[in-house]
Amino acid sequence: MQKFPAYYTIWHKLGVYALKYTAWLVLFFLIVPIVVIIPLSFNAEPYFTFTRGMVTLDPAAYSTRWYDAVVTNPNWMLAIKNSFIIGFFATIVATVLGTLAAVGLSSQYMPYKRVIMALMLSPMIVPSIIVAAGMFFFFTKFGLAGSFVGLVIAHAALGVPFVIITVTATLSGFDRSLYHAGLSMGASPLKTFFDVVMPLIRPGVISGAMFAFVTSFDEVVVVLFLAGPGQRTIPRQMFSGLREQINPTILAVATLLILVSVAFLITLEFLRRRSERLRGLEDHG
Amino acid sequence: MSTDGALDFLRFANIQKSYDQKTMVVKDFSLDVAKGEFLTLLGPSGSGKTTVLMMMAGFESVTHGEILLDGHPITRTAPYKRNIGMVFQNYALFPHMSIAENLAYPLKVRKLAKADIAQKVEKFLQLIELEDFAGRMPAQLSGGQRQRVALARALIFSPSLVLMDEPLGALDKKLREQMQLEIMRLHKKLGFTVIYVTHDQTEALTMSDRIAVFNDGVVQQCAAPEVLYEQPANAFVADFIGENNFVPGKIVGLDEGMVRIEIAGGEEIIAMHSDCDVIGTKCRVSIRPEKMFILPSEHTFANKITVKFLARLYVGDYIRYFFELPDKTEVVVKVLNDHEAPKFGEGDEAHLISRRKDCFAFAVT
Repeated sequence: MQKFPAYYTIWHKLGVYALKYTAWLVLFFLIVPIVVIIPLSFNAEPYFTFTRGMVTLDPAAYSTRWYDAVVTNPNWMLAIKNSFIIGFFATIVATVLGTLAAVGLSSQYMPYKRVIMALMLSPMIVPSIIVAAGMFFFFTKFGLAGSFVGLVIAHAALGVPFVIITVTATLSGFDRSLYHAGLSMGASPLKTFFDVVMPLIRPGVISGAMFAFVTSFDEVVVVLFLAGPGQRTIPRQMFSGLREQINPTILAVATLLILVSVAFLITLEFLRRRSERLRGLEDHG
Repeated sequence: MSTDGALDFLRFANIQKSYDQKTMVVKDFSLDVAKGEFLTLLGPSGSGKTTVLMMMAGFESVTHGEILLDGHPITRTAPYKRNIGMVFQNYALFPHMSIAENLAYPLKVRKLAKADIAQKVEKFLQLIELEDFAGRMPAQLSGGQRQRVALARALIFSPSLVLMDEPLGALDKKLREQMQLEIMRLHKKLGFTVIYVTHDQTEALTMSDRIAVFNDGVVQQCAAPEVLYEQPANAFVADFIGENNFVPGKIVGLDEGMVRIEIAGGEEIIAMHSDCDVIGTKCRVSIRPEKMFILPSEHTFANKITVKFLARLYVGDYIRYFFELPDKTEVVVKVLNDHEAPKFGEGDEAHLISRRKDCFAFAVT
């Protein structure tokens, strides 16, 4: 039983309980659709529902056949490979360009900061169907539609805003006199950037890179427009899987993706904490 | 002053700075600094002193004029090629490097051999008495220790010129005094030239060979601390450095380089003249509170003024007396706390006296 201050009326108490249970309910609706996928992907039957056997925990009702189906299906394997390749290169391009843009935009001498910032963040704000259609017509002119390079460029453009936002945030807490100190000791601006600025903004760069990768990894609209048959990614394959051959293979892929995402988040959080510590923000002695 | 080298080691030739091409932050600044000199730029905030320092370091461009270091113009030299040490107010130690790594950084940039770097770092850690802190991170040090590291880091590559931008501003009073001694000790020992920026006049007076007082982008006076305090060139310097009484009056006579001023109540003060010597003009006479004495009884001395007692403030080592002239101008007198310190009742008449050479007449602007 919760303890309330003595002056609380019945309405206060009802309010507190209402807030508490609403919060739990929201959390429930967010998590359950994701969690429920995991046991369903081990279904022995080609259904999206729990069979009697599964509910009674009968071992025969579970199998890994849908995982086998993923591994043996060349379409799925190609999609997984494509997703990682495109995600990897799009992340590198977005991180390098986004970090450079953030550094430039935080300079005191940069003119028209707000306008440029707004322009660079626009891929995040404009509806993705519009971005995708625009890119389709534009990239076709350059022969980039239906190519890996085209997809990498498109996904990098979508990822840049996230990098700009996270790096700008870390730079706003960056002490300019550290940069001046580097110069006064004889280090060139470039050397100062890599020796002093970069290590201190690394947590922001890592977070931005993470967002950029995830953006590319679960992007479906641009891929639908731009990708040829050779560049199908996981979301694209799932999308067509839903329409054509509806079976728990999708759930197996989804489970794999969940595991990858969780591992990814944990690794990056670890990296971020480590470089945060290297910034000397925490005492450790 | 250990100025055994050139007298124009650092030269500012008609430096001007404007951020918007309209208002001048620094107006026509010219000054020669001798090798090994400790020069302080002193002034209220916004007076242009920090801008001058930033132009010297190369972090701000020079709108007009030339800075010459050892005879070579550096106005268009990139900051990292100037070989000038700099100490920042907020220390600016690299938080992701240990103390030893911080000290080694300028040497690493200069590509010194590893053994030489280690030896130099060791030597400078000894110099600032932080030998046991080599492996610590800056966040684990106190403010005073951090500033000592920052100081050593600015000196370790043996720059001939070191700039200090209010380096003690973030420290408390006691630490500040310790660090003042520390900086003076290192300056004496290593013989580098210092340009020191501060708005703390006590700091400026105790540490400097010369002080340039800035106001409104113009150097008001550049002189040794004693000269600045005892012979201020104008009313701003008289008012900004230390405490001063300003007694309004009118010039009634000139003799032997001095001026006779009639003040409210009809009495006359003979004063050194600084920037006004025309009979009939209005002026203000500055007299420091500790350079005025209370006469035990009425005598007819020169430079005597008659005042009314207002209040007495017991400070401890001295006592502050507040008096009033007939025109309501307040006059403060500082008296050392001994058994002779006089007592007055409110409204009592008192007589103050001061030496001619301690009184300065300034034009009223």
